[in-house]
Amino acid sequence: MIEARLLTKVFRDKKRGEIRGADKVSFRVEPGMIYGLLGANGAGKTTTLRMLGTLLKPTGGSASVAGHDVVAEPDRVRANIGFLAASTALYARLTAREMIAYFGRLYGMDERTLRARIGALSEELDMGDFLDRRCDKLSTGMKQKTSVARTIVHDPQVLIFDEPTLGLDVMTARAIVQFVRQCRGRGKTVIYSTHVMSEAEKLCDVVGIIHEGALRAEGTLAELRARTGEADLEESFVKIVTGGAAA
Amino acid sequence: MNWHTIGTVYVKELRDTLRDRRTLISMIIVPTLFMPGLIFGMGKAASVIVSKAKAEIPRVMVIGGADSPGLRSELERSGRFRLEKALPDWRKLISEKRIRAAVEIPDGFEKALLAGSAPAVTLYDYEGELKSGLAVEQLRGFFTDLRDKATSRLLAERGLPSTIAHPFEVRQVNVAPPEKVGGNLLGGIIPYFIIFLCLLGAMYPAMDLSAGEKERGTMETLLCCPAARTDIVLGKFLMVLTGSLFAVGSSLASLAATLLLAAASIKAGGVGDGMLSIDPLGILGVLALIVPVAVLFSAGLFAIALFAKSLKEAQSYVTPMTFLVIVPVAIGVLPGIELNFHLALVPILNISLACKEMLSGVWHWGYIGVIFGSTALYAAVALAVCVKMFRSEGVIFRT
Repeated sequence: MIEARLLTKVFRDKKRGEIRGADKVSFRVEPGMIYGLLGANGAGKTTTLRMLGTLLKPTGGSASVAGHDVVAEPDRVRANIGFLAASTALYARLTAREMIAYFGRLYGMDERTLRARIGALSEELDMGDFLDRRCDKLSTGMKQKTSVARTIVHDPQVLIFDEPTLGLDVMTARAIVQFVRQCRGRGKTVIYSTHVMSEAEKLCDVVGIIHEGALRAEGTLAELRARTGEADLEESFVKIVTGGAAA
Repeated sequence: MNWHTIGTVYVKELRDTLRDRRTLISMIIVPTLFMPGLIFGMGKAASVIVSKAKAEIPRVMVIGGADSPGLRSELERSGRFRLEKALPDWRKLISEKRIRAAVEIPDGFEKALLAGSAPAVTLYDYEGELKSGLAVEQLRGFFTDLRDKATSRLLAERGLPSTIAHPFEVRQVNVAPPEKVGGNLLGGIIPYFIIFLCLLGAMYPAMDLSAGEKERGTMETLLCCPAARTDIVLGKFLMVLTGSLFAVGSSLASLAATLLLAAASIKAGGVGDGMLSIDPLGILGVLALIVPVAVLFSAGLFAIALFAKSLKEAQSYVTPMTFLVIVPVAIGVLPGIELNFHLALVPILNISLACKEMLSGVWHWGYIGVIFGSTALYAAVALAVCVKMFRSEGVIFRT
């Protein structure tokens, strides 16, 4: 489970002064649920997710992931999450197998379990043809599969996806969406950040709309449509971020 | 600290580095080829240039001396000079290297010589120019021989023994063993290159493992895992240190091989051995003292490069470090600067001076202890800064 309570992050910039990357963001994600975090570029999605992933320390509020506080127990939080972002890349000079194994070892997996897990993931994600190929020789789709395998090598309870389909072709993006859906089916707690409305419509059980660092609205797709009076999620989103509808 | 994590990060970085051509060049190829290239390449080039210059019969202009035809014909007969017709702009001709030197013979030189007075012959050259210097050396030799002959003749005419002009001989005998001579000859220059290569070996891995990782987007991937930041930074730091020590090791190994080969070829040539030999204990001393320097360089470079967002930015921060290192090392190479307590505390300069001493067989254990301790302390501070920076989200996610 993920719980964010008034989660706030303030950045201090010499030129621009104080910037509120996330402003009192609160939400809760239960196991077996996909929570969609929707927002335009720079809305505060990545900052919020980086705080949940313990990559950034909150300046206010609190959050817990899989029962562990993100500030007090960052190592335990990281041990229980799989974090996949468009910006999380692969080591070009390692093979896909070496990449997955490296992270497995960093997650504290023993060699025998790791070998078995890589075999299972290779089968599940159809990676057999390129498992021993260097990452810089892989196609975008192959790279993304390797990233997915890296993310779930330790079989985490919680999965955080930050715009995972950014820059991907249609087929690869579809494969990722399908994979995220499977994660829900396995009872994982999933947060999915995107600014692609169609993906959110296909995937998310609950959607939170974030704008200028603050969570402006939250609810199921049906609830958001009802609240804004719009049939289309994109229209609902625009209405909410431009102040046409209240949370 | 979790040694399993540190080891995992280190092994991965080592594997990654060994697959990177650019790092291999800076870590292995350059240091290995540097010393032989320097000693054989530059030595060969210098020997070719000097041999060529020595083989040349210098063009020399004789100014004056019209009333001393004997001297002029003696100069011609010697076959050591190509005499040029006297021209008024001889100074310009020397500057333009159209003639190598000029000799000014005073009026009535031969007459004065016979009369037993001391006429002055003036030699003109272009100081610092090799061929001009060699021409003047030849002229000086010629006139010294001429003077000796004149002295002997004058003494014989007066019935005096020729030894009167040389009442005693002066001899010089070297008591230093060959490796000490070699140490003194090479001791100044070797630390300069070893310290520089120590920096060079750490430079690329430091940038690649920090700024490079940020630029490629793998840093965020790595920080998502539960490994402690301190363990990750230590694993990476050990790899940078390996690069630095490997560069030093390769250069010292190739230096040893080069010196052995050079000594063998000199011996075979009958010139004499020992000129290029170095005390092996001195090399070991350099190796021991270079370890804390390598730690200092590795941690310092890693911290600097970590601050950068990209490899390009890291290069712009790291390149000035080269000058910061070269200056104290170059000061240490200067003759006359000797190790004392205060200099033993100055980073890099202290190592340069101590290495120079060790290679020439001088061991100031007190200073060596101070140098080792102070450098280890600086290195520990640099490493602590490195760890602190790696834990700072402002540095890791700097925009």
